[in-house]
Amino acid sequence: MVRAIAFTPLELRQGAAQKIFYIHVPAAWVAFLAFALVAVASAVFLWLRDQRLDRFAESSAEVGVVFTTVVLITGPLWAKPIWGTYWAWWDVRLVSTLFLWFIYVAYIVLRGAIESPELRARYSAVLGILGAMLIPFIHLSVYLFATLHPLPIVAKASKPSLPGEMLLTLFVSLAAFTLLYIAFVRARYVYATERDRIAAAEVVDA
Amino acid sequence: MRSIRPGTRSDIANPWAPVSEVVAAAWVIARKDLAIEFRTRTAFLSSVVFALLGLVIFYYAWDPTAVSAIDLAPGVLWVIFTFSGLLGLNRSFSVESADHAIDGLLASPVSRESIFIGKALANLVFVAAVQVVAMPALAIFYNLPLIEIAVPLLGVATLAAIGLVAVGTLFSAMAANTRLAELLLPILALPFFVPIVMAAAQATSRLLSGRPVAEASSWIKLLLAYDLIFAVACTLAYAHTIED
Repeated sequence: MVRAIAFTPLELRQGAAQKIFYIHVPAAWVAFLAFALVAVASAVFLWLRDQRLDRFAESSAEVGVVFTTVVLITGPLWAKPIWGTYWAWWDVRLVSTLFLWFIYVAYIVLRGAIESPELRARYSAVLGILGAMLIPFIHLSVYLFATLHPLPIVAKASKPSLPGEMLLTLFVSLAAFTLLYIAFVRARYVYATERDRIAAAEVVDA
Repeated sequence: MRSIRPGTRSDIANPWAPVSEVVAAAWVIARKDLAIEFRTRTAFLSSVVFALLGLVIFYYAWDPTAVSAIDLAPGVLWVIFTFSGLLGLNRSFSVESADHAIDGLLASPVSRESIFIGKALANLVFVAAVQVVAMPALAIFYNLPLIEIAVPLLGVATLAAIGLVAVGTLFSAMAANTRLAELLLPILALPFFVPIVMAAAQATSRLLSGRPVAEASSWIKLLLAYDLIFAVACTLAYAHTIED
């Protein structure tokens, strides 16, 4: 049902390549939202030490990495016909998203490498907070890189000022993707809770 | 006399212990690590040889008719700095895992911040020592007039080293406690090293082409901001990586 809301407006649009924006932009919004929530949950976890916050951070991170991957695949697919190149190292948004992906992957790999739930929660929280601090520095670095670096001559479509129809579709997609995020995180959280409950029960039984 | 008791919340709740206490304790820990390392020198020599080999490989990996050494050099220098730094960082906490030596360190009456700063200082000396060999080697192999930009280059190198060591020490402490320690450290740390490498290489490149220092100043300011923010953040975060 949520998917139907996201996809039916695509029929209204002209220009096939532009339609990908209705997946790309909302996915990017969710990707950054998910990480912001991971960072907040990490900070509050270190303060309150409530395991539920760690489970939420874990869920949000796994869902977030999927959305970030979607962004990083749909972006270059759109960029090649429109900009003439798959990637641009002087664009702050592109590189920030790429580093978001790297932080997510590091977060998930870190979690996978630690068995003790308590240690895993603390270490992940530290990485969650530091990762969030890194993204502004990446943003600033690429901005400096772009402004001091001569820009190559590449055919770039200027960001379209959206007429009413497109704007509405974009908002609908944003809402749809946010609902998707909430649904995925809830499902993943339930799994994490069950998994921890079973692991704790096994420890007691053994 | 107020003492800092380990294993209690007081040393986390009170990070503003008298600065001289923290610094003195950190220096003792740093000296211990450096004494261990320079007695055997294996990690140091490995890092130095790694850096030298890297310089050679990078040179041969490029077409000398297409790219001049002076264009290549800043990138090579700072990439090698990062990877040889990683080698050294791996060592800093793995040295404590034998006989669970880290427990002895934690049981002693020093604050968590002192342990972190001490380890970081030792890593800083290590990284600086490798650079002392690698930079002249770069100047010789690539035929660069590094002496002319020596002072600003030293400034850039110091700032870059501090940033690398601040983040790297924290992550090596975390990675040492996991299953995939040596593989995990690069995955954790390299995203954080990118602003350092970018700023250092871009600044070095501008300095090498004879541009005035002011042009490199934005990058140097970025490095300074990075160092300040992450040095503080990592010192505070270290306490959370130790069990109470």
